[in-house]
Amino acid sequence: MGKHVLVIEDEPNIIEAISFILSRDGWTVATHSNGHDAVDVVRDKSPDLVILDVMLPGKSGYDILTELREGEATRDLPVLMLTARGQSKDRDLAERIGASRFMTKPFSNAEVLEALRELVPQ
Amino acid sequence: MPQGQLTGTRIRERRIMQGMRQAELAQKAGISASYLNLIEHNRRRIGGKLLLSLAEVLGVEPSILSEGAEAAMLATLGEARAADPSTAPVEETPEAFAGRYPGWAELLTRRHRRVLELERTVETLTDRLTHDPYLAAALHEVISTVTAIRSTAGILADTPELEPEWRDRFHRNVNEDAARLAESAQALVSYLDEGAEEQGGLASPQEELEAFLKDANYHFAQLENGKRSEVETILQGADVLQSVAGRGFARSYLERYIEDGRDMPLDQVLACVREYGPDPSSVAQIFGVSLSRAMRRMAELPAADGIPAIGLVSCDASGTLIFRKAIEGFALPRFGAACPKWPLFQALSRPMVPIRQVVEQDPRGEAAFVAYAISEPATPPRFGEDPLFHAHMLIVSQAPGARRAERAVPLGVSCRICPLQDCAGRREPSILTDGF
Repeated sequence: MGKHVLVIEDEPNIIEAISFILSRDGWTVATHSNGHDAVDVVRDKSPDLVILDVMLPGKSGYDILTELREGEATRDLPVLMLTARGQSKDRDLAERIGASRFMTKPFSNAEVLEALRELVPQ
Repeated sequence: MPQGQLTGTRIRERRIMQGMRQAELAQKAGISASYLNLIEHNRRRIGGKLLLSLAEVLGVEPSILSEGAEAAMLATLGEARAADPSTAPVEETPEAFAGRYPGWAELLTRRHRRVLELERTVETLTDRLTHDPYLAAALHEVISTVTAIRSTAGILADTPELEPEWRDRFHRNVNEDAARLAESAQALVSYLDEGAEEQGGLASPQEELEAFLKDANYHFAQLENGKRSEVETILQGADVLQSVAGRGFARSYLERYIEDGRDMPLDQVLACVREYGPDPSSVAQIFGVSLSRAMRRMAELPAADGIPAIGLVSCDASGTLIFRKAIEGFALPRFGAACPKWPLFQALSRPMVPIRQVVEQDPRGEAAFVAYAISEPATPPRFGEDPLFHAHMLIVSQAPGARRAERAVPLGVSCRICPLQDCAGRREPSILTDGF
């Protein structure tokens, strides 16, 4: 069994593509597509890494990350944030609230895989 | 000059208040009494060192003498210096600089104020881009779709032995996303276009005329009976015509419309187009008018049975578009130059030669058009004077299914947004593809 990754993203075809490439790379992939209960899902599934979109229905990725960093169990959980906005202030905000890595859409599959391998060595 | 006048008067007032004679002040400041006299009577500009000397002798701050427009200029110069801390420290005070180089100081002041104005404009636009919820959502939609396409296309390209069911699934996803992207991009462009118009986008009288004609769908039923009195009624109800020049353009257009209607009665033109097809040479021949007038009249026709959608675009001899009636499926650039391959521009190089070409702007789409172009003199003939030419291109929507009858020539809108590759007419790279 590979390491567990939870993809929190609301765009179905992005979820499908990411899930495919991560599975082929040996990851065990779970997905979730709304912000409301994303924190509960992370706590419940205890993944090794989370890929977290910023713009989600119900709750923003920033708010989710803030809550994760406040929780004992998820304080150090590696989180790769995905956003459509590449402005430095977005990157700064993500880093300030504890994102392990920040990636601007659109990204290549190779970039995602490389980032994940760096965050969680297999 | 206002600044000088103010300063000279202030120097005189200060000197008299202190009971000092003109000759005395002149001597202490190191200038002749006659020169000081000219200054005090505002007949000579003053600034910099001499202003400082006079202020010193009079025992006042230089700014008291130069208060007003000059003070504002000095303050702006000070701001300009403070705004750029990266430059080497400037020893000279703004007063001294303005005194030594008054022309340059004024220029620098004006430039700095312009920079501030433009910075405010940029801030406003940035603010709009950042906070406009629709724009943010639309851009997010576009980026998300592009991400999905890129990722899925990457899988299809980089996975040589992809199982057929996965391959089919990803092909379907790419297809869906591509359709969604086209839709989102189109909605975004429409929104930005509307936004530009709403926010004072009518920057010129020509644009006011275009908006006015567009509102009326280029047809004025009230004028078909030839009543000139209707022109003013129409103009009075046209809020979009804000400038005197815009109203003037519209009045000329409407008067010409009446003449066109008189020479080419609406019902007869409709009958002609129905019988002989939307060919401007038929209209020109039957009504004995020039091709350009026939084209204009055809572009004024109302929507009616048997009449296809008709657009019109005109340019002057420089290639600048001077009239635009858009038609669905054939985009016309709002700003900047159009595609040089349009028959409109070919017509400019072949004056008086009618050109007909089947054209398309989207090779993937079903829409094709017949373009009729002609270049005619725009000025009356005069001996010893070369005529100025205008070119006109009528764009007629082809009936569905007629597309395959003749091969359509692919055209662009303008280079910046044209995806055509290996185009000999390309002026600049496209933002859609590397066309060079």
